[in-house]
Amino acid sequence: MADKLHFDLVSPERRLFQGDVDMVVVPGEDGDFGVLPGHAPVMSAIRSGAISVHDGDDVRRTFIHGGFAEVTPDGLTVLAEEAIDLSSVDREQLAKDLTEAKEDIGLARDDHERHIAEAKLAKFEALTEALNG
Amino acid sequence: MASLKELRNRISSVKSTQKITKAMQMVAAAKLRRAQDAAEAAGPYAERMASVMANLSTSMKDSPGAPPLLVGTGKSDTYLLLVMTADRGLCGGFNTNIVRKSRERITALQAEGKTVKIITVGKKGADQLKRLYNDLIVKRYDLGGGKNVGRDAASEFGLMVREMFNAGEFDVCELIASEFVSVISQKPRVQTLIPAADAIDDSVARPDLQGAVYEYEPDEEEILNVLLPRYVDTVILSALLENSAGEMGARMAAMDNATRNAGDLIDKLNLVYNRTRQAKITTELTEIISGAEAL
Repeated sequence: MADKLHFDLVSPERRLFQGDVDMVVVPGEDGDFGVLPGHAPVMSAIRSGAISVHDGDDVRRTFIHGGFAEVTPDGLTVLAEEAIDLSSVDREQLAKDLTEAKEDIGLARDDHERHIAEAKLAKFEALTEALNG
Repeated sequence: MASLKELRNRISSVKSTQKITKAMQMVAAAKLRRAQDAAEAAGPYAERMASVMANLSTSMKDSPGAPPLLVGTGKSDTYLLLVMTADRGLCGGFNTNIVRKSRERITALQAEGKTVKIITVGKKGADQLKRLYNDLIVKRYDLGGGKNVGRDAASEFGLMVREMFNAGEFDVCELIASEFVSVISQKPRVQTLIPAADAIDDSVARPDLQGAVYEYEPDEEEILNVLLPRYVDTVILSALLENSAGEMGARMAAMDNATRNAGDLIDKLNLVYNRTRQAKITTELTEIISGAEAL
């Protein structure tokens, strides 16, 4: 299978995707990069954003929050802290989550709570961006 | 000799106990399957994470810029032990074994003159450890009846541990939890969490690069900074999941035993009951016959 890329998408809770595809565009920390079969070994941090999986004419976009991509001769592995299928996102719910996260930062009583609230807000903002992009 | 009525009462009480243990066993079996699935589903992520960490740590360990989470603070004076047990009992020796293991570890560390701090996870561990080491317990963390066994809880817990580490509250962090060997066998084990470099052994599989060298984006140090906290969270999450699977396995085995014991007890009591009844009838007959003969 030299002309196909083996792609694994795993989150801490389960394996989300495993299979052979044509190309994957990964939102790297320093910018998006496409991975084709036979790509040189790379380790890259991922910024929150959409990952596009191209297979034939089919393009699937999944939102990835916090993760890491590793390209080896065997293929591409993406470790995602959280992955959300973009077609399943409820825009209204997202807008509500976004406001709530903003409120939470104001309500945080200590550093620990604020860290959590800030991380949440960053996630929802990135998700909104991916949805509009 | 107990009267017939007493025996009947005992039999019925043992029977209802048996019903309870049987129900608990079935509940545990169902929960075990779910917990096992969750633990297995988390497997690939943890594995990949470990192999990536192994790669990075080999190349970064000796560089001066290596983050303390990886290489430690350079001291080992204060140990933080995360003792993971279950929230509930009635699961055989599960909790006791973990507590015993931690007691051994604490004694060993104290003998070496180290300061020990404990965070307990799960109510049972807290209950058993507070009798001996109440002063050492810095935090208690409840599982909330299984609700808090998940990614969110693990990352919150991980964040707390990392904040303590950054504040210099401990040098080495060890995790004491049950290893899920099989459904009927759980073994408590001690695992180093921080410094991460000590936790990664050479047995972790590294991908074969066929002579090529990794390109790092942005760079190794940056990636490590992103990855290390996640690594800590991942290890905590797998330990939580494995522990809850172990708890269910232990409870299932314990309740299976209890059900069987109750069955044996019922058989024995039934035998005694029947004998007593027979003896009573015989006595009555003898009395009637001898009464008739006397006439």
